[in-house]
Amino acid sequence: MMNDMSKIEPSTAVDAIKIQAKGVQVFYGDNQAIKDVSVDILDKTVTAFIGPSGCGKSTFLRCLNRMNDTIDVCRVEGDIRIDNEDIYDKRIDPVQLRAKVGMVFQKPNPFPKSIYDNVAYGPRIHGLARTKADLDEIVEKSLRRGAIWDEVKDRLHEPGTGLSGGQQQRLCIARAVATEPEVLLMDEPCSALDPIATAQVEELIDELKLNFSVVIVTHSMQQAARVSQKTAFFHLGSLVEYGDTGHIFTNPEDPRTESYITGRIG
Amino acid sequence: MADLTAGQNNSPKGGDTADAVRASLARRNRKQKILQGLGLGAIGFAFLMLFILVASLVSSGYQAFTQTKITLEVYVDPEEIEPEKLPRGGFKDVLQASLSELLPEVDTSDRATRKALSGILSNGAQFDLRDRVVADPALIGQTITMTVPVSDPYDQLNKGTIDRDTPEQNRRLNDAEIAWFDQLKAEGVISKPLNTGLVTNADSRFPELAGLKGALIGSFWALFVCFVISFPLGIGAAIYLEEFAPKNKVSDFIEVNINNLAAVPSVVFGLLALAVFIGWFGLPRSAPFVGGMTLALMTMPTIIIATRAALKAVPPSIREAALGIGASKHQVVFGHVLPLAMPGILTGTIIGLAQALGETAPLLLIGMNAFITSAPAGPFDSATALPTQIFIWADSPERGFVSRTSAAILVLLGFLVTMNAIAIYLRNKFERSW
Amino acid sequence: MTTFVFAALLGVSILGYLLNRRAAAGLRADGTSLHSLPGYHGLFSFLSTLVPVFVLIVLWLILQGPVIDHVVMSGLPAGSLDGLDTGGRQLVLAEIKSISRGQIFGEPEQWKMDAAQRYLELHQMSGWVLLSIVVILSLAIVAFARSRVGVEFRARHSVERIVSGLMIFCSTVAIFTTVGIIAALLFESIRFFEMVPITEFFFGLNWEPQIPLREDQIAAEGAFGWLPVILGTIVITVVALFLAVPVGLLSAIYLNEFAPDRLRAVAKPVLEILAGVPTVVYGFFAILVVAPAMRSFGASLGIPVSPNTALAAGSVMGIMLIPFISSFTDDALSAVPKSLRDGALALGATRAETVLNVLFPAAIPGIVGGILLAVSRAIGETMIVVMAAGLIASLTINPLDSVTTVTVQIVTLLIGDTSFDNPKTLAAFALGMMLFVVTLIINVFALRIVRKYREAYD
Repeated sequence: MMNDMSKIEPSTAVDAIKIQAKGVQVFYGDNQAIKDVSVDILDKTVTAFIGPSGCGKSTFLRCLNRMNDTIDVCRVEGDIRIDNEDIYDKRIDPVQLRAKVGMVFQKPNPFPKSIYDNVAYGPRIHGLARTKADLDEIVEKSLRRGAIWDEVKDRLHEPGTGLSGGQQQRLCIARAVATEPEVLLMDEPCSALDPIATAQVEELIDELKLNFSVVIVTHSMQQAARVSQKTAFFHLGSLVEYGDTGHIFTNPEDPRTESYITGRIG
Repeated sequence: MADLTAGQNNSPKGGDTADAVRASLARRNRKQKILQGLGLGAIGFAFLMLFILVASLVSSGYQAFTQTKITLEVYVDPEEIEPEKLPRGGFKDVLQASLSELLPEVDTSDRATRKALSGILSNGAQFDLRDRVVADPALIGQTITMTVPVSDPYDQLNKGTIDRDTPEQNRRLNDAEIAWFDQLKAEGVISKPLNTGLVTNADSRFPELAGLKGALIGSFWALFVCFVISFPLGIGAAIYLEEFAPKNKVSDFIEVNINNLAAVPSVVFGLLALAVFIGWFGLPRSAPFVGGMTLALMTMPTIIIATRAALKAVPPSIREAALGIGASKHQVVFGHVLPLAMPGILTGTIIGLAQALGETAPLLLIGMNAFITSAPAGPFDSATALPTQIFIWADSPERGFVSRTSAAILVLLGFLVTMNAIAIYLRNKFERSW
Repeated sequence: MTTFVFAALLGVSILGYLLNRRAAAGLRADGTSLHSLPGYHGLFSFLSTLVPVFVLIVLWLILQGPVIDHVVMSGLPAGSLDGLDTGGRQLVLAEIKSISRGQIFGEPEQWKMDAAQRYLELHQMSGWVLLSIVVILSLAIVAFARSRVGVEFRARHSVERIVSGLMIFCSTVAIFTTVGIIAALLFESIRFFEMVPITEFFFGLNWEPQIPLREDQIAAEGAFGWLPVILGTIVITVVALFLAVPVGLLSAIYLNEFAPDRLRAVAKPVLEILAGVPTVVYGFFAILVVAPAMRSFGASLGIPVSPNTALAAGSVMGIMLIPFISSFTDDALSAVPKSLRDGALALGATRAETVLNVLFPAAIPGIVGGILLAVSRAIGETMIVVMAAGLIASLTINPLDSVTTVTVQIVTLLIGDTSFDNPKTLAAFALGMMLFVVTLIINVFALRIVRKYREAYD
């Protein structure tokens, strides 16, 4: 199987389908925010959702770990499967799902706790560490994966809110990977960051795809082109086009995608 | 980064995340259930307390809304009541004679029995009769029909709060007295009409006569004075602080002052009123005017805070629009901003006045807990207020006052609910979102 | 008479308004362009008449009472006040006043009747003098204001200046009130400390303010050590918080995080009703229901419970504080940014874990501020304890016993007739001073915490 699928991008590991969405519709009260979206997201790949603001890309992203459950008026229809398991099944506990599908938000949101406690929070509540040493190890590993270990290793017990914006965002990424998720959702993770911090986070995303299936929402086409292998273009709540990033950016099939990429809508 | 590969073989922790999560999930969900249960219990407790509070007041208070009365045929005996001696006369004896007619077998030859017999009637009955005869001396020598309250123990007996099975010595009425009452009841002269005296009588030592008229009027005057003082002062202060005051130390100080004033214990305002208004200015004690001034000082911070919030809610665009066509700052504020903020201000004022209506401690200190048997004619007369009347009655030992107290509280709560309902209505009707 | 004076002032002021408006309108009709609208010319006259003369009337009314009292008392025939102390003089004055109102008891001496007559005459005279001054002065101002009407006169500016002045006065009333509170408490407390040593008040272990009112009464020397009183206050406050803090916190957490919309829509008004119930009602609830229930419950366990147990007063006070704490907690939890909640949920935290580990710690400053305000309320709360707590100060921390509080002592010392010259009355002011200072410190501290916290998340 590996051999069949890895023809296109030999370096990017397995081409197995991780998330499978079929006919997804999302309503906020009476307003339909997502119209009949179907998409297959691959494992160990970076998939970018692009589109003009208000096109529903963040809403769709939040369906994938059921964060929309926290909004009372929000209703999700259709079928979303992760590892062929219906995540909107009644038997699925959103808590369990979110441990498996981590998320990083637009604005860095470290808890008002120490750096260590921020990262250790997930493993603690999920009971992933048996001993203090285990936990120390997880924290260190996660911070290294978040490419922030060297900057904070001497002040692990200072508040996470004291870091700079870029550091905070990488701390949040470290916090998200600490629970060993299989999918990592990133909702415009760089929009609140300066160019240098953005570059650091993008570099990080590139490394993360070795272990996770990464889905990133971005309003920057350059960023999508830089970090992703697959790109999905959303417009007015619909999925217009989905395919290999190189293909979408050089040879879009839908005229709307082309207009967006060439800057005529957005 | 060498450790990146570590993700694939995190075996030391035994299995992957999903397993660990699944293992602990039941325990974590149980914890959540416990927290939810505790929260629901807390809310339930608050509900229960409110329910018990209201239920206990209603169950003990509803009886005060009726009053046991007795209808007598009174022969106004010219031998006992002589026209030239009015208003003095043997009114009590006349009443007792008419009672004896209803209970012919009672031997009234000894004083003690006569006294006990008169005890059926309220002490106020003789004054009722006196007033009628004084108003119309032609009644002397005639037989008139009077419906008068019975005294408190018989009222309680009729309402069932005196247990007939209690041993006689522990009961407020002895067996003979209960027998009299039963006989009177059998003769159909006992009635239990709506107790209008509760709002038309002033205070009295006798529960069956005590009413809230004085307290209602006293509270009215106090609130009126409170409103007249605190409403303009509060609005003026709020407009100045919100729209005109330069942002400097002085206005900061005023603001801190107002916020703190809102949290000063009410009894301290009572001390202020006692020392300054009564002690230094020599204003009369127990007067609703002084009470109103004290309440005004307490209500003002509430009104200021509400007014400022209402002013803040008016969008700057309105101000800019008016300024843009050449209105002065004053014209903008008084012509545009203030009218738009008025519903919010009124809502806050009504809520502040409702609080003032329930305030008790400061009124106690300025002597509005005096025993006064006539309603005040103006804001400078001695008076009680509704909450202080409740306090006085709650302190009275007679059984009848327990239900009167509850009834008075129900009346007070009725006023508060009405005021708050008006405030909510105003808020919903005129509130606009910009 | 007073009503008449105010009516006269109002009448003249309205007259001035009409005069000025007509004059300005007349100028305008002639084709001259005025700086200000006629209405402002009218208002100028109205306000410049009404405001100063109104102040004059109020000052006159405040001062006339004491002045007339003084004149009457000093005009009494020589020797009639000999051998009377302040209280005695007050009694004579009160008698004269009641005679002047026509309430004559017994056969008062002729000189009292004369004095009462004189008292009435002085009052009438004062009224007439005031009326004439008011009429003359206000007419003069109206005439002056009329003379100002002209093309150049900036009536609107003057009116706005007067209005600004009035508003500034309104804002300073709050300061005057605070100053009045401090002055009254300080002045009477100092008089108290002239009679009772300050060390006894602060460190004394006995509070027995039974001072003989008259010299022939037999009573013990009073003792004024406030420690048992403040201890009682603390006991009741602690009982109240033991009930209110957990119930308030839990109900706020539940309403904020878990409650279905329909329950929230019911529960919030119910809590508001609990908050709006006057404290005198809670006091009656305590003596009618709670205290008897506790007594019989205690009796069934064989534990003696005092009828005025601190437990009853404290727990009813706790019920009163529930909505207070719950609404502060609710506000504080709602103020925590949504991103923190999302962050925790996205990590797979349950709602309970999100609240307890993330939201609650973030909201702690706001909650602590609210609890501190509740403490200050409990300390200053009066009616519940006056009705349900005891009168005797005892050094105990057993909540089943009867204790007394600062506010109870203030009210019982001042209820009934008060004269300002014995330590019993003045002790209430000393207690009031302490109460004011303690609650002020807590309030300032709490309001600062709450404010800082709000700024942190704005």
